[in-house]
Amino acid sequence: MLADALPATIAKGLKESMSNSYLVELKNITKKFPGVIANDKVNFNVKKGEIHALLGENGSGKSTLMSILSGLYRPDEGEIIINGTRMVFKSPRHAISAGIGMVHQHFKLIDSFSVAENVILGDDRIPRVLNMKEIEKNLAQLSLRYGLHINPASMVWQLSVGEKQRVEIVKMLYRGSQVLILDEPTAVLTPQETDELFRNIKEMAKSGRGIVVITHKLHEVEQIADRVTVLRKGNSVATLERDQINRQELARLMVGQEITTQCKRNTRPGTQKVLELQNVSCLNDLGLSGLKNITFEVHSGEIFGIAGVAGNGQRELAEVIYGLRKINSGSILVNGTNITGYSPRQMIDCGVALVPEDRLGTGLIPNLGTIDNLILKDYRKEKMNRGPFINWQKAKQKVSRLVDSFEVKVSSLEAPVKLLSGGNLQRLLLAREISSKPQLLIAVYPVRGLDIKATEAIHELLMGQREKGTAILLISEDLDEICKLSDRIGVLSNGSITGIISSDQADINEIGLLMMGETGAEAI
Amino acid sequence: MILSSYTIEKRLAPSSTAFIFIPVLSIVLALIFGAVFLNLSGFNFIEIYTKMFTGAFGSYYGLTETIVRSIPLTITGLGVALAFRMQLWNIGGEGQLYMGAFAATWVALSFPSGSAWWLLPAMVLLSMLAGGLWALLPAIPKALWGVNEIITTLMLNYVAIFWVDYLVYGPWKDPNGFNFPLTAQFGPGAILPALGNSRIHAGLFFGIILAVLFYIVIYHTRWGYEIRVTGENPNSAKYAGMNTLKNIILVMVVSGAVCGLAGMSEVSGIGGRLQHGLSPGYGFTAIIVAWLSRLNPFAIIIVSFLLGGLQVGGYIVQTSGIPSSMVSMLQGMLLFFVLGGELLTNYRISKTPVTMSGVDNR
Repeated sequence: MLADALPATIAKGLKESMSNSYLVELKNITKKFPGVIANDKVNFNVKKGEIHALLGENGSGKSTLMSILSGLYRPDEGEIIINGTRMVFKSPRHAISAGIGMVHQHFKLIDSFSVAENVILGDDRIPRVLNMKEIEKNLAQLSLRYGLHINPASMVWQLSVGEKQRVEIVKMLYRGSQVLILDEPTAVLTPQETDELFRNIKEMAKSGRGIVVITHKLHEVEQIADRVTVLRKGNSVATLERDQINRQELARLMVGQEITTQCKRNTRPGTQKVLELQNVSCLNDLGLSGLKNITFEVHSGEIFGIAGVAGNGQRELAEVIYGLRKINSGSILVNGTNITGYSPRQMIDCGVALVPEDRLGTGLIPNLGTIDNLILKDYRKEKMNRGPFINWQKAKQKVSRLVDSFEVKVSSLEAPVKLLSGGNLQRLLLAREISSKPQLLIAVYPVRGLDIKATEAIHELLMGQREKGTAILLISEDLDEICKLSDRIGVLSNGSITGIISSDQADINEIGLLMMGETGAEAI
Repeated sequence: MILSSYTIEKRLAPSSTAFIFIPVLSIVLALIFGAVFLNLSGFNFIEIYTKMFTGAFGSYYGLTETIVRSIPLTITGLGVALAFRMQLWNIGGEGQLYMGAFAATWVALSFPSGSAWWLLPAMVLLSMLAGGLWALLPAIPKALWGVNEIITTLMLNYVAIFWVDYLVYGPWKDPNGFNFPLTAQFGPGAILPALGNSRIHAGLFFGIILAVLFYIVIYHTRWGYEIRVTGENPNSAKYAGMNTLKNIILVMVVSGAVCGLAGMSEVSGIGGRLQHGLSPGYGFTAIIVAWLSRLNPFAIIIVSFLLGGLQVGGYIVQTSGIPSSMVSMLQGMLLFFVLGGELLTNYRISKTPVTMSGVDNR
């Protein structure tokens, strides 16, 4: 028999798949993007009637894996086996017809359509002449069976976030999904809505469907998962059964145990408080609480790292300090001056620099050249001007000096910056922000998407600034980066600082737990 | 299994040959399409095109007429192009032109015996003020609440046109005008000087001066820099602390003011009076002008000249029985093909082999 000739592990896998107990099997899935391996020989499977949690930090490859399963991406290597048959999905529609349904974090609904219209949208089994009454009746029955309360006739724009999510789920059930993937389903829900969702999920699992819940919240895993698979840096690290699940172990698996080396530094941080936040609260884009009573300070010559899983208030924190987001309560001080409610322009004048999260979307203007981009922050300054005119000669001198000293590789100073590589773009951005000689430098995910060499270069730039006495607020989702660079680490979880630790006492497991929302005592 | 398929992919940078070649090709294609329609209507397109070309550029009369028509196109083209630079879609050039013409006429009719040295500047000033105010109306809701300016500027066109119609059919109608919808002739002090014995008037210099000013403002001033940055990436503008609200209002007002000046130059340079149907849609053609020139001020002058020629040529061939709507159709074709060509400048079609990992590799 064929299986006998194969190595033992594969043979075992083959037998299991033959026994047909799995709805889905993903075997040795590898997916590469330019410069990163998002999935590296990942194995994952879903049984009939189970709730399987997929746990991992941002960037660990959860979304890529599920995008492969739902037909959005094609894997470079590996196989997808659905009910024992090997499949190659050509499109999400293909995956849906094979019984795989995904509920994305950002809903894909049309606001001006009714619930029923949204559900049948793109479903080619629907006849050309619609009988909406009939469809609505079927939907009402279907949703009632799983306790998903929705009115098929109501318009989507009238629905709450929780209701919209239910529409997405019903949409997938209506298409006959046997495997339902929920991408961070609780991120947008209130606690009550979360409880209801979990009841629905359990109901659906009872009916024999396989449910995959993508999450980074440990307590949710404990609450609902029958099994959990942990991904870390594109690898499937472990799959645990229900009785093996415990928080400490999960946190350890998630963040890893690499021993991080503290960077050598020549100077002690200064004692001067450059940035102080006192009980700062603000709303997020959805109008919900984004930051809750944030209090911390950053001293001169210090790198203060903010650790945490993306989406826990990092963007709001940077924006609120820089004046791009309205502050609801609390106050922000720079060098002892209360600057609460200042505009970005006033913040720039106060010596606050920001390396934003979105390089090409905010930090730089993709279609303009290097000169135009490098003068963005100081085109108003007197030395750059002659009356109402910009002194291009001076601008050009300054720009070529910066390009040289920061080693940005550009073909010409006029060519659109969108042609530059990610590493060069980030150098350009840092060159501009550092050249303004800031008192405070906020760097949000400064090395996201960069290769090792570029990462090193950016880190050296940041450490150089620290030696010069700049206060640096480093926001990153990469714990290694945080531990390597920071003098102190604040952990942000669900809009609150759950702990502040001095980095020489930092224990990666403790940080992991704080990131999951376990509040710890402030070590410092 | 290897398949090949065609995919459209974005070019990193528009290729430089495409930059010149594609607009030219677009124009040729528009003319070919026009030729098809001409032939279907039973005309010999070669004859018609030759007639149009020689009519517009081949004679002293034709050439001067072409220049006369290119004047309002240049001015309004520059006006709307300024707003387009900031991604503000001012479709209201026509209405702003009419309001400018109205304000200039008001000055001229109020001081029939005024002398040129102060009357003309006053007309220029008031026409710009009126055009600017007309653009301010949609600018405020746009800046404060994000109300779509395409709709509001477009609608205000008709308000302005009907307002002028009301005046020329009603209170301002020339009592000695044999009941035609036009005002009395302006006094000599309210007439822009003409070039020689042609109809080309001093408005030509408005166009040229504005084009130079446009260039200087956009590329050499702080304000122009802010306009370029905001137009390309509004997030960056906010992040750099630029006052976007103020700039939306300011740019719209200046854009409207420039279009208003076109109205003054028309009533004062051409008719010497305000009349019904003052503009055959210059403010709309200006949108085509601005796009064909890729918002470059000097290209606007050249494109205005070409489109002016197209209009004059169109009038000339009307004697051969070609309907005047032929010109509108050709203009539409031009815009259609140039916008289509834009896609090819920024994207390219490439033939890519697609390898499919089949089930056969085990």
